[in-house]
Amino acid sequence: MKQILKNRLLIFIGLFAIYGIIQILLSTSILNDYYEINIVLMGINIILAVSLNLINGFTGQFSLGHAGFMSIGAYTSAIITYKLGLPFPLAILVGGIAAGIAGILIGIPSLRLKGDYLAITTLGFGEIIRVIFLNTEYVGGASGLSGIPKYTNWTWVFWMAVITIVLIRNFINSSYGRCCVAIREDETAAESMGINTTFYKTLAFTIGAFFAGIGGALYAHNFYIIQPETFNFMKSFDILTMVVLGGLGSITGSILSAIFLTFVYAVLQDYAALRMVIYSLLLIVVMLFRPEGLMGTKEFSLKKLFKKGEKSNEFTLN
Amino acid sequence: MKTFIEQLINGLSLGSIYALIALGYTMVYGIMKLINFAHGDIYMVGAFTGFFASTYFHLGFIPSLLLAMLVSLILGVTIERVAYRPLRDKSKISILITAIGVSLLLENGGIILLSPQVRTYPQIFKQHMYSFFNGIITISNQQIVIFVVSIIMMVGLQIIIYKTKIGKAMRAVSTDADAAKLMGVNVDRTVSFTFAIGSALAAVAGVLVGIYYNSIDPLMGIMPGLKAFIAAVLGGIGIIPGAMVGGLLMGVIEALVSGYGSSLYRDGVSFAILIIILLIKPTGLFGKNVREKV
Repeated sequence: MKQILKNRLLIFIGLFAIYGIIQILLSTSILNDYYEINIVLMGINIILAVSLNLINGFTGQFSLGHAGFMSIGAYTSAIITYKLGLPFPLAILVGGIAAGIAGILIGIPSLRLKGDYLAITTLGFGEIIRVIFLNTEYVGGASGLSGIPKYTNWTWVFWMAVITIVLIRNFINSSYGRCCVAIREDETAAESMGINTTFYKTLAFTIGAFFAGIGGALYAHNFYIIQPETFNFMKSFDILTMVVLGGLGSITGSILSAIFLTFVYAVLQDYAALRMVIYSLLLIVVMLFRPEGLMGTKEFSLKKLFKKGEKSNEFTLN
Repeated sequence: MKTFIEQLINGLSLGSIYALIALGYTMVYGIMKLINFAHGDIYMVGAFTGFFASTYFHLGFIPSLLLAMLVSLILGVTIERVAYRPLRDKSKISILITAIGVSLLLENGGIILLSPQVRTYPQIFKQHMYSFFNGIITISNQQIVIFVVSIIMMVGLQIIIYKTKIGKAMRAVSTDADAAKLMGVNVDRTVSFTFAIGSALAAVAGVLVGIYYNSIDPLMGIMPGLKAFIAAVLGGIGIIPGAMVGGLLMGVIEALVSGYGSSLYRDGVSFAILIIILLIKPTGLFGKNVREKV
């Protein structure tokens, strides 16, 4: 017990240190606006990748509609701050809830399907969401919604990412999460052990969608403008690449690959096609030579790094 | 009435093209249980080969069509060899991710190599309209070419599948790959052959689209690829006549939606069809219910 408390304390100190250092670097303009945009984007991508990993990696339900949930969060939150003039925290929350509700509505029918059928159905739902926004004049149609106030900053993104990671990690380590992992390992066996597979699949899907909505809300308030085109299925593939590269079933893997791929994105900003070629080669090579992703289902752990002798089977982030 | 028939003919021409692409999806799915995401991009490569053959080498319609088929065929077989074969025993998801990777690679490799600009396809057939029944039915010679070529291809495919030895092998592998292997069927060669035929048909669709719409670009394969997949699911995936009927239906529905509704909703409607069919009858219009064994 004491050990756990000590670890928690160390993590908290570590988090504050990371937050503080970057915040000081940003406020003293050692890191300029260009860096700030990309650091914020890293945080948003971490939220998106970790939440997709909950659905794809931990529950084993292959979804390609994450950009759709993200767009629901983005548009809902933009309506709340820009059109209704309500505060930003409320917008984030409502954006997440709206995406979560969409997750329930889409999840219940489509999670009856498995594997590639599920993939293509979620992709279809994502595209339908995009087409709906495209045809809604209230949110600007094809030209999108512009003039959204910029509220997203390092502080918001960092703590939202931390909250996302902690909540999803705790969910996975709870009995609910273990049911999800059981479904991933063998759905038929899980069902015969008395697990209500539909409930747990929908639950994971909804939680994933909720955090995707939060990611979308942060995204909308970072770039002044959102357009339906931003949230097409290419965006879903982007997030999928992060999850696959990091490892289906590894939160730290998703975090590391989200940071790495956002970095690649920033470096190759002017060469979009080249970036996608690199992404696609990454997907193919990772699948051919390490199908479980770089981290597999393992988690990166400082403790293990220092104490190499002890092998722990613990399923934790510390 | 006149606009309805006009849209119907437009829809059938578009539908024939979808059907040709859908055949490739359905055959590959039937034999490997894989959604070949890269199939739409093989169609794009076919269109570009046809474009280069007729613009720079001044080949006629038939030679450029054959060249496009050959190039796509080689590409399709190579993709299967390099990217899918090593993963055949692994989980379905990893092979699906690889397929998405191959698709993104072809699209963006195409953008880098061919530039993202839209190219104008040469007018191989000068457009000429024929009208029948006092102008109630008008049909262009391009549409006639599309119908004739698609029908030839589909009949040819039926002959290959039902009258040849390799066709028999394909049917055997799609029914039960392990049993087919025990009976002495070379599964690897059969799968390669399936990819070859599917890719060649996609190339035909690509050349026909070039002739019909006169414009091609490296990302042209994404949407038709997805819609052809929907067509394959609509007809019952793995069932060849299903893909043909599904393709034609998709084309007609899409033409009617853009003709009477808004063309902005066109893509949404296609996906709605997919979702409805998967929720109500996932085996498709022609599918039989097969019980899943544990």
